[in-house]
Amino acid sequence: MKKIPQKVIHRYLRHDKKFPHVWCPGCGIGTILGDFLRAVYNIGIPKDEIVMVSGIGCSGRMPVYVDFNTLHTTHGRAIAFATGIKFSEPRLKVVVISGDGDAAAIGGNHLIHAARRNIDLTIIIINNSIYGMTGGQASPTTPLGDYATTAPFGSIEPEFDLCKLAESAGASFVARTTAYHTMEARQIFEAALNKKGCAVVETIAQCPVSYGKMNQQSSAIEMLKWQKENTVSIKSFDKLSPEKRQDKIVRGIIVDKDREEFTARYENLIKRLQKNESSKEKSKQQAGENQKKSKSKSKKEEKK
Amino acid sequence: MIKKSKLRGEFFMQGDIACAEGAIAAGCRFFGGYPITPASEIAERMAYRLPLVDGAFIQYEDEIASMAGIIGASWAGAKPMTATSGPGISLMNENIGLGMMMETPCVVINVQRGSPSTGLPTSWGQADMMQARWGSHGDYGSISLSPNSPQEFFDLTIVAFNYAEKYRLPVFVVTDAVVGHMTEKVVIPPVEELDIIDRKYTNKKPADYRPYDPDDDLIPPFAKAGDGYRYHSTGLTHDERGYPVMSEECQRRCAKRLVDKIKKNADDIIITEEHDIEDADVVVVSYGISSRTVIPAMEKAKEKGVKVGFLRLVTVWPFPEKQIRELSKQIKGFVVVELNLGQVVLEVERCAAKHAETKLVGHPGGGMHKMDDIVNAILEVANEQ
Repeated sequence: MKKIPQKVIHRYLRHDKKFPHVWCPGCGIGTILGDFLRAVYNIGIPKDEIVMVSGIGCSGRMPVYVDFNTLHTTHGRAIAFATGIKFSEPRLKVVVISGDGDAAAIGGNHLIHAARRNIDLTIIIINNSIYGMTGGQASPTTPLGDYATTAPFGSIEPEFDLCKLAESAGASFVARTTAYHTMEARQIFEAALNKKGCAVVETIAQCPVSYGKMNQQSSAIEMLKWQKENTVSIKSFDKLSPEKRQDKIVRGIIVDKDREEFTARYENLIKRLQKNESSKEKSKQQAGENQKKSKSKSKKEEKK
Repeated sequence: MIKKSKLRGEFFMQGDIACAEGAIAAGCRFFGGYPITPASEIAERMAYRLPLVDGAFIQYEDEIASMAGIIGASWAGAKPMTATSGPGISLMNENIGLGMMMETPCVVINVQRGSPSTGLPTSWGQADMMQARWGSHGDYGSISLSPNSPQEFFDLTIVAFNYAEKYRLPVFVVTDAVVGHMTEKVVIPPVEELDIIDRKYTNKKPADYRPYDPDDDLIPPFAKAGDGYRYHSTGLTHDERGYPVMSEECQRRCAKRLVDKIKKNADDIIITEEHDIEDADVVVVSYGISSRTVIPAMEKAKEKGVKVGFLRLVTVWPFPEKQIRELSKQIKGFVVVELNLGQVVLEVERCAAKHAETKLVGHPGGGMHKMDDIVNAILEVANEQ
């Protein structure tokens, strides 16, 4: 493995953009951004070829800090927007950064359809189980029974399993990692970026300010420890007894399969149609030339 | 199978198809849409035609995605379009605002049906006119064109692309189910005879480029994703670099230019058609399909001795305020004929209020105005003391 120089992420940050950033102390998004940038460095994708698209929320603010082509769109619509870019210009590497509110609630429909089409997008969902930017409201990934400002007596809604959702909708690559497991996160991001197809990565992140304080985990360290202790790699998971499996969240690459990618399928369609068309025209031309020949023959015969 | 990137010649063509052909002639190579009566034929035609001209067609999961997708495609350099009807526009409105804020060239077709809500899906109306102007939240200038025939649907779709590219915003073609579904003669001129405008790309080096730094015409030059400019664009209030700035001063600059770029270029954008206006006492104002009932009504009123003229709004937004204000000083009053219960009439009233009377001949849609209603309104205004 290539050794990553220190401060490599500085090469990918915009230096004319004023820091500090909008993220709270202890937030997991910065760590995940660092992992992502190291993955980009490791693969060596040119900055010009990366388009980063986000929606609204804490994670939605990521693009402004990084030196790619960056677009900050409306709540939940980053995937639909990114689909337009990718489908229009397939040579670009299009990355969607999304939160759990963005991807699982308001934009859930776009997530399942991107997976169904298997369009070549790298979709990173930073799941902190809460609406952080608006002050701690319950999201579709807030665990049943946990507290939020809109669930003051504990959430009565079961949470989404985003990986299962993406898998069943047809994404050719599905993985889960956390802000704690930085090495693993980087490797997973690399694999996702290299995948030709819809790659969905759920990244569990801590939000000590909005989620932690309401759920007896007010420090980032405590929450990172939780990520370490309550998740298990897919390999170890398989070895666990069924009872022990119940409380564990699986990490790692859950799906990695080959399925024809959407823009490639469309390009094949174009080629097929245009081939048919040119062969038709050829046969028309030939028919025309034959006619001409026979006409000129008959003229010659007349002259004779 | 039709292969040519653009057809030419004379056709007996449906309005919706003419719109799709106009788009292709204008250089549209991306269509994202969702089925809806009475606009589906546009999507169907694009699905059939675009792969043959190396364009991209995608049927999205909903209208929200369609609008988001065409904005995305525009940032990748394509000339994109979507087509829908009132309910679809209602869903698109948030992203239409994003398109306005990010200053993204694209075209949005609204083939109006009877409304509100699901209304009359297979029938027509003109009750989305104010929605076209004010549909998304916030202040922004906007452009709406209103064709009254399949031929004009073809022509104005091209104009819409030209305006979208020139002024960098989503431009509406607001027509109705009659024009969309009517089949008439459509003449498609040779491609070299068409005026096609492409967006202004920056000639600055990436290091010197500021994506929202406008030229004197108030329009910032464009750079597409992947060309080395690597800049940020956002729906947040932003400075010339495209970076969010949450200040009153930046908000003023940002929002004001979105309004001003249309206001100050209004003379270039506004297209109207005048009939017998010079010595008129009464001027009928109409647009789109309802304008086609005006001509015979005018003739009938003339037979009764009324000096009546007709101003057809081809561009409805920006509203031709100047023209209405000037006319109002010369005439007794306006008669506004539209298939809604009073929308564009409000604008005429506003501009004419000091000098002339304004009378509405409204209709809730699903049918057409009776000619006599228009004639009577003209006579009433003409005979008022």
